[in-house]
Amino acid sequence: MSGKTGGRSHRNVKPEGQSGMNAVDRLSVFKTYKLFVGGKFPRSESGRVYEVTDAQGAWLANAPLSSRKDARDAVVAARKAFGGWSGATAYNRGQILYRVAEMLEGRREQFATEVAAAEGIPRPKAAARVNAAIDRWVWYAGWSDKVTQIAGAANPVAGPYFNLSTPEPTGVVAVLAPRDSSFLGLVSVIAPAIVTGNTVVVVASEQAPLPALSLGEVLATSDLPGGVVNILSGKAAELGLPLALHQDVNAIDLTGADGELAVELERAAAENLKRVLRPQPGDSGKGAWSADPGTGRMLALVETKTVWHSMGV
Amino acid sequence: MPTTVPAYGSEAAERLASLADVTASDGALRRFLHGLPGVDAVGLDARAATLGTRSIKTSAKAYAIDLAISMIDLTTLEGADTPGKVRALCAKGVRPGDGAPRVAAICVYPDMVATARQAVADSGVQIASVATAFPAGRTALPVKLADTRDAVAAGADEIDMVIDRGAFLSGRYLEVFEEIKAVKEACARPTGTASDGEAKGATRSAPGGAAHLKVIFETGELQTYDNVRRASWLAMLAGADFIKTSTGKVAVNATPPVTLLMLEAVRDFHATIGVRVGVKPAGGIRTTKDAIKYLVMVNETLGEGWLSADWFRFGASSLLNDLLMQRQKLSTGRYSGPDYVTVD
Repeated sequence: MSGKTGGRSHRNVKPEGQSGMNAVDRLSVFKTYKLFVGGKFPRSESGRVYEVTDAQGAWLANAPLSSRKDARDAVVAARKAFGGWSGATAYNRGQILYRVAEMLEGRREQFATEVAAAEGIPRPKAAARVNAAIDRWVWYAGWSDKVTQIAGAANPVAGPYFNLSTPEPTGVVAVLAPRDSSFLGLVSVIAPAIVTGNTVVVVASEQAPLPALSLGEVLATSDLPGGVVNILSGKAAELGLPLALHQDVNAIDLTGADGELAVELERAAAENLKRVLRPQPGDSGKGAWSADPGTGRMLALVETKTVWHSMGV
Repeated sequence: MPTTVPAYGSEAAERLASLADVTASDGALRRFLHGLPGVDAVGLDARAATLGTRSIKTSAKAYAIDLAISMIDLTTLEGADTPGKVRALCAKGVRPGDGAPRVAAICVYPDMVATARQAVADSGVQIASVATAFPAGRTALPVKLADTRDAVAAGADEIDMVIDRGAFLSGRYLEVFEEIKAVKEACARPTGTASDGEAKGATRSAPGGAAHLKVIFETGELQTYDNVRRASWLAMLAGADFIKTSTGKVAVNATPPVTLLMLEAVRDFHATIGVRVGVKPAGGIRTTKDAIKYLVMVNETLGEGWLSADWFRFGASSLLNDLLMQRQKLSTGRYSGPDYVTVD
């Protein structure tokens, strides 16, 4: 901050709702952005931070620069939360996700401001993206008790058995969040992973991590059990490898990894046969994340369990 | 400083006899224990915290992990223990996997000693048995002694006894002292009743000799650090081979400050009459990081002489899995997970 010119009392992230107040007369209270791990808000274990700037290069905030040990701790937290979250009823998970949307609704202004600064887009456009993100969250919340109906089946078998297939959560999912879409893209990768009962470790966009770190504050106040979503900020290249190599991670979503890194991580992920979601062509560029997401992301992170049950006595 | 002798040797008994005047009467013992310097609680906490900040990495960490594994008393003390579970634990203790060293001992209830004895065979892993109405210790002395003799006869190499906290806290120190002495006598292995494992006793620390005695204070129930220091001296005067923090059955178990305090008591006792006593923190030590902190404390307080399974032990069950996962991390570079160690 010392490098800032003294005359700049307005920061880009100041909510517009306050512009009526005489903001020049008071000192801004800068926010310390922190990680979200296991339902708590730790700093990076390494003590490192890095400067986050807006699209024009002006300083916005310092974000924690997570280390591989933060990634390890996040995986431990996610694993600990998995039993409870995957064991919760689909109805209960849906209610909690809907509650998250309720909390997001009350913070639309804040997210719109952060998204506008992070992505360098006009505020109305940012507000529209935040609205789309909340709508998407609600849309996924609705899927919690319906996904079994489209991904499960009562299979006809040649014997006196009921034969039922149901989708089960894969486990701990490492997610490299989209680099460009700091909030809509972020929500579009987290919600489909957790709605089926997975727990996630998310590496936020390196350039635009602030909306993701603020999302942690929303999740912490939304009845979501601690550890279901863990959010790290830092370099995808630094955090991706320990997560891809981690033996206790069951799947990895490489959306935020560029070509070469994605190949390297996929190779590392093969070690314990992780499920790998490769970056999709439609995940970046103009109009990314605005289309109907479909069920692909949910179904990519479930395992089919088939049960044979004898009929009659 | 007098030459060092182990607490379980015959020379130790002679050295202890030189302090007989201290334990001659209830009054003398009380005067001695209450005459021990008071514990600086703030200083103790700070010292333990400082020793916990050492950074142990790479090759030193690999050494510490293997050392910690070799010091574990792998424990199962549940009402639901079955012979199958005990055998599985023994198999794991003998071969933790991936070339890790074997653990120091398997710690079980007395009725499981025979099963465990058979399972570890001549692997060198000791069998420790809790006794004396563990964990509360609330029975009459003859019952406690019978409990101890049973465990020894079944093949236990080490006996973990609990002190009578009720007697200790109400100031009946001599009663506690006499009880420890009586249990120590009950640890002697009667000739002719040796178990199957006895014939192969060459690799055991007490072949044909008495079982080693660990005295559990249940420091979580002793209220003050001063009491922990008094209990440590009391047990060492009574002939304990090891002093142990806790049963693992109460809310507060081994903590770094309490363990440091006991290590200091052992150091002072050693400086006084040259008898070397072991220390065993138990309960609540679950991670590699914690275990390494304890090893640093031992090294800084007592020196390398105590850095072996003969003189320092961890009473733990889940610690071994974390040590094995860290070991895998060091050798492969990949973080491991609970899927790659046993469920127990």
